Amino acid sequence: MSIKSEVLLNVEDLTVRFAIKRGGMFGKPKYLYAVDDISFQIKRGETLAIVGESGSGKTTAALAVARLVEAYKGTVDLDGTDFLKLEDEELRQARAKMQFIFQDPYSSLNPRVRAEKIVREPLDNLESGAEEDRQAIVDKLFEAVGLHPEQQRLFPHQFSGGQRQRIGIARALATQPDLIICDEPVSALDVAVQAQILNLLRKLQADFGLTFLFISHDLGVVQHMCDTIAVMYMGKVVEYADRMSLFNNPLHPYTVALLSAVPSVDKKRRAETKRILIPGDPPDPLDLPKGCRFANRCPVAIDRCSKEQPTLNEVTEGHQVACHLVDERAVSPLS
Amino acid sequence: MTAPLLKVENLRIELTTRDGVAPVIDDLSFELGAGESISFVGESGCGKSMTALGIMGLLPEKVGRIASGSINFAGEELSTATEKRMREIRGNDISMIFQEPMTSLNPVYTVGEQIAEVLRAHQNLSKAAAWASAIELLDAVRIPNAQRRVSDYPFQMSGGQRQRVMIAIALACEPKILIADEPTTALDVTVQAQIFDLLNDMKRQTGAAIIMITHDMGAVAEMAERMIVMYTGRNAEQGPVEQIIEHPRHPYSKGLIACVPHIMATLTEERHELTEVAGIVPSLREFGKNQCLFASRCNMVSQKCLDQRPPEVSFEGGQMSACWHAEAV
Repeated sequence: MSIKSEVLLNVEDLTVRFAIKRGGMFGKPKYLYAVDDISFQIKRGETLAIVGESGSGKTTAALAVARLVEAYKGTVDLDGTDFLKLEDEELRQARAKMQFIFQDPYSSLNPRVRAEKIVREPLDNLESGAEEDRQAIVDKLFEAVGLHPEQQRLFPHQFSGGQRQRIGIARALATQPDLIICDEPVSALDVAVQAQILNLLRKLQADFGLTFLFISHDLGVVQHMCDTIAVMYMGKVVEYADRMSLFNNPLHPYTVALLSAVPSVDKKRRAETKRILIPGDPPDPLDLPKGCRFANRCPVAIDRCSKEQPTLNEVTEGHQVACHLVDERAVSPLS
Repeated sequence: MTAPLLKVENLRIELTTRDGVAPVIDDLSFELGAGESISFVGESGCGKSMTALGIMGLLPEKVGRIASGSINFAGEELSTATEKRMREIRGNDISMIFQEPMTSLNPVYTVGEQIAEVLRAHQNLSKAAAWASAIELLDAVRIPNAQRRVSDYPFQMSGGQRQRVMIAIALACEPKILIADEPTTALDVTVQAQIFDLLNDMKRQTGAAIIMITHDMGAVAEMAERMIVMYTGRNAEQGPVEQIIEHPRHPYSKGLIACVPHIMATLTEERHELTEVAGIVPSLREFGKNQCLFASRCNMVSQKCLDQRPPEVSFEGGQMSACWHAEAV
């Protein structure tokens, strides 16, 4: 038995850019950097969340990790092999180790295929195991995600949203992956159903030792599900910390504003948090400022912020922040 | 105490479906005072939006109708009002903003034209005066450079700005009631915070009462004074927001509050399993039965719940719960 390293996924300098057609026939191609040089690690059995608002690049980052969009540069090291360098058969086999749960359970299941076939498809594609064994695996998966055996013969439209997401989860589990990427897995569901799916994901994680890369905009969900959090803004990671540090001592002004914007049922929290409104809109991604990308909306920006881009620095152990105004004292500039 | 601005009594709205007639709103009563803000909470399909459409007289034609009960607005009965009269009221006295600002704005008219249209229709302003007011309104909803942006088309604006335009249209005639149907569900949290801030400001300035429809208990806690928890077209619980969050008297409200992982003042290491509300909202066919419709998902269910629809039990401070076990919750 080989000793498995503690870090399962190590992403370094990942960059994704899209060509934007502009100008005439001889015009220079222009690129939009949706994900700009980000790095993160996930330990085996843990959950890392990438949070951010629409347009921050969190979903693109996840898609690039799974090679569903092409990365421009960087490495995605999954259990010792660079996933981005694999080709053909090797890549096909490696995909079994990394599966994806999509946001919208209505459009991510083929409406003309029965539930059992949907769940079995990854196994068929990888030709893993004998035909009979595959059916046994499907039976087990249906049980694991809390669906009845007789529901295997049904089509997606005969399920509710929550049940469909369970099918999506069963499909992702079929190849016994190490890593599951969950892209907003509950945001299309009703609140009461969200709890069912979140509990299921945590239970499966404990039972099968799964590692999650969790993409979400909902900080309440993230707080509940994750061990480490990366906050993205305009393609950059602005803050990277473990759960306790990030929520109890957010340092980057954007993180502070983001957290303060979440409405809360906790009277104490409402009384304690000063809501920080960030006016205006994010900058044009095709015409990014030279300095900090948050500078134009930051309530405490200084001259230096618009001139020089801050780098992601470790301020205390395991807590990284990209802000000129945060140092080793680990005090938020807004406090 | 003065008479409430809006008084809904025993409202029943029926929808005709393939399986027959279903009461999507079933015996709903509530009051709204001038300048008050209340919130309707519940999952999809519980009749929150249907209530709003009923008040606005915008029920889907030939499919939905007010079967019984009354909607009394400032002394006037709306459930029997003519379409002509409803047209005068809509936009002028009661107006509404919707969830998706992109689909509720007309893509082929500039935002200025769309704001001016309301003013010209309801207040007989001249073209020039309406246009000038449109600029003022855009400025009031804090769209920078209103003078120039007034000639923009909806596609040129961000989601948050479009929702601001919707708010400008809704508030153009200084209505007495503003109905906001999931106004921020399609928006990012920081934008949501800005919109909430704007709505609160507007409420202070114009004194409009706000009915907000949402599924987010956090948003209710921030925005409303009273809430009405709806389930299957019925009132499950209503009362002051703080009081219900502190001590819900209906298992459904309790579930709705507990099933969401809220951010608390201090985060602790431990993470409890979320309380689940098992199952899903029953289908329309079940609506209207003489039993508690939440029974199939409830962990306190007893025979009584299946035999008879629970009456509303009153508690201190105006809290009311439609549950046989309200005392025990």
